[in-house]
Amino acid sequence: MLSLPTAHCAACISAVEHGLEAVPGVRSARVNLTLKRASVDADAGVTAEQLIEVLKGIGYEAHELDASSLSMTETDRQGRALLMRLAVAGFAMMNVMLLSVAVWSGASDATRDLFHWISGIIALPAIVYSAQPFFAKAWSALRVRRLNMDVPISLAIILAAGLSIYETSQSGENAYFDAALSLTFFLLGGRYLDYRTRRVARSAAEELAALEVPRAQLVSGETVPVSELAAGDLVRVLPGSRVPVDGVIVEGHSELDRSLLTGESLPVAAGPETVVSAGEVNLTGPLTVRVTAAGKDSSLHRMADLVAVAETSRNRYTSLADKAASIYAPVVHLLALFAFIGWYMATGDARLSINIAVATLIITCPCALGLAVPAVATAASGRLFRAGLLVKNGTALERLAEVDTVVFDKTGTLTMGEPEADDLSRHGREELAVARALAEASAHPLSRALAAAIAAMGTAPADVEDIREVPGHGVEGRYRGRQVRLGRAEWLGVRAVTGTATYMQLGEGPAMAFTFTDSLREGAKEAVEELRKMGLDMILLSGDSPEAVAAVARKVGIEAWEAQVLPADKAARIAVLARSGRKVLMVGDGLNDTAALASAHASISPASALEAARVVSDIVLLGRSLTPIAEAVQVARAATRRIKENFAIAALYNAVSIPVALAGFATPLAAALAMSFSSICVSLNAMRLIRR
Amino acid sequence: MNVLVYLIPASLLLGGLGLAAFYWALKHGQFDDPDGDSQRFLSRDYDDKPKED
Repeated sequence: MLSLPTAHCAACISAVEHGLEAVPGVRSARVNLTLKRASVDADAGVTAEQLIEVLKGIGYEAHELDASSLSMTETDRQGRALLMRLAVAGFAMMNVMLLSVAVWSGASDATRDLFHWISGIIALPAIVYSAQPFFAKAWSALRVRRLNMDVPISLAIILAAGLSIYETSQSGENAYFDAALSLTFFLLGGRYLDYRTRRVARSAAEELAALEVPRAQLVSGETVPVSELAAGDLVRVLPGSRVPVDGVIVEGHSELDRSLLTGESLPVAAGPETVVSAGEVNLTGPLTVRVTAAGKDSSLHRMADLVAVAETSRNRYTSLADKAASIYAPVVHLLALFAFIGWYMATGDARLSINIAVATLIITCPCALGLAVPAVATAASGRLFRAGLLVKNGTALERLAEVDTVVFDKTGTLTMGEPEADDLSRHGREELAVARALAEASAHPLSRALAAAIAAMGTAPADVEDIREVPGHGVEGRYRGRQVRLGRAEWLGVRAVTGTATYMQLGEGPAMAFTFTDSLREGAKEAVEELRKMGLDMILLSGDSPEAVAAVARKVGIEAWEAQVLPADKAARIAVLARSGRKVLMVGDGLNDTAALASAHASISPASALEAARVVSDIVLLGRSLTPIAEAVQVARAATRRIKENFAIAALYNAVSIPVALAGFATPLAAALAMSFSSICVSLNAMRLIRR
Repeated sequence: MNVLVYLIPASLLLGGLGLAAFYWALKHGQFDDPDGDSQRFLSRDYDDKPKED
């Protein structure tokens, strides 16, 4: 299974499929353009790397997907079952409506009864099959003595069907088979929209997780899944790759980038006996690590477990729909009951009273309410998805709309976590030329940034001989007979300056420092500006040194900042803000942010974030830029406004129709018209979100 | 009114056919890749026969 983010047209499909099928050992390949994936059926000898190389050769970016974490999206049984129920309800509704139109336009006596009987024969099995999701949900709510939206829905459907059968058997005038069916159909439509929104988000989130195929290389050279590792195994961690397990270094010297775990932007030196944690990135030399904990026991997973506890508090958030249902359901039931009692006392006719009570129940049934929220959520998430935001949580938009304070993490969120060399003009041309020659020999991020910056100034590399990388320390070589070295302060024996820096020494001369700052993430400044315009307060919390944090805060324009904040303190700070009545939006990417992300009112993380951080976030930024954050808040506010408007439309419609129903003027025709009209109204109102 | 004897079963049959067709399409994965299918017919590769899974 491969992910193909850039495939988009007919030519792409055939190029990719032919390219893959030309590889020996591949039996067949099929591209799914909707999911932007290719599934390949191949012999055991064909590796994903091989296929990715082939695709790169013909110009397509491809990534391997871990098939086991995609299991959910492959078999979409639930969605298909829901769609089938929708189709059955639709089929039955149209047939029954056809017969009902005949009745409304004046069929009488035997003809009417015949039509009613046929309607009943179509409607009953259709309702039993299609309305099951509502019955099941209503039953599970009733069992714990609670009311949800499904209780009035189920009651209305069952009563409408039951009454219609009775009326038909008594050759009555009014039968509500069509109302029961259209109720089922419209509400199933809402259910399906709701389901699809959540499924799109879930499958995209799963795909992000599946991109990180968890594998480790054993010392023997064999590659195995991390889940098969046990404590005591020796794994090799190559430069540039992430440490897959918790462990202790037994061999090799290198530097580790811990920014995802602690927020520190400075790499840390590592050698034998250094303890490493899963998630750190090895920068310079190859390391051999003895595993102390892997998979479920690693610190990464333990952190994720902590987060699971924090998350339950958020799950207790009652959405607008639930709030509406908790008021709505009892009111509707009481109204129907009063209608029955009132009419019975006034006329003494039980059949007429039941008829009116059921008509009230059908007309007030939350057709519009059942559509109001899913339709808006679908429209809003669709729009945010196109803007590069993945909404993972059902109540995320409502919570995001209430936010008044934004807390940013620094490393990896506001900044790219990639250093940028600053002000090279104070160094001489010759020094820069030597520095470039040395820096180009190493894959260390600081070296790469330095080489790129000097290259951008147009200085050619000097003629340095015998260049050699000393893992964990730096690069050395010979230039015009003198020894030249570029690397860590301790290695050169000089005093370190504050901030991120690397040092160079020419022969016996004094060492010079090249300083770096973390480059800002694209759109960071714009996002902060936009959020300020919307009246949100912003705070920068980072585990990094005060100098680095202050510099970034100044660059993006955030006044309030705190440095050297420990992971637990971040969550504590957010708790303090929450107690003072603030609704906090946390934006962060590292393991040190996960607890804070989970405890905040709403949370956003970039796609480059650690999986644990993405899992607890409500929204994931798919692109590199931060600008969509401002749009997310805007759309969330607009969506909440639409939901409330839809509730208002539904309430208005009920205010008109309830008196009519109570007075006994409601006919099956009026009920069908009113129901369709209000459903279309709320759907159209939701659609307004898509444009603009 | 005797015409109803034919018309009602006819309308039910036609509707049922539609339903059966939809059921078949759903079971056979016709809705798995709508974007891809709308593009595939543009290419000459599948003119002879549709691509097998």
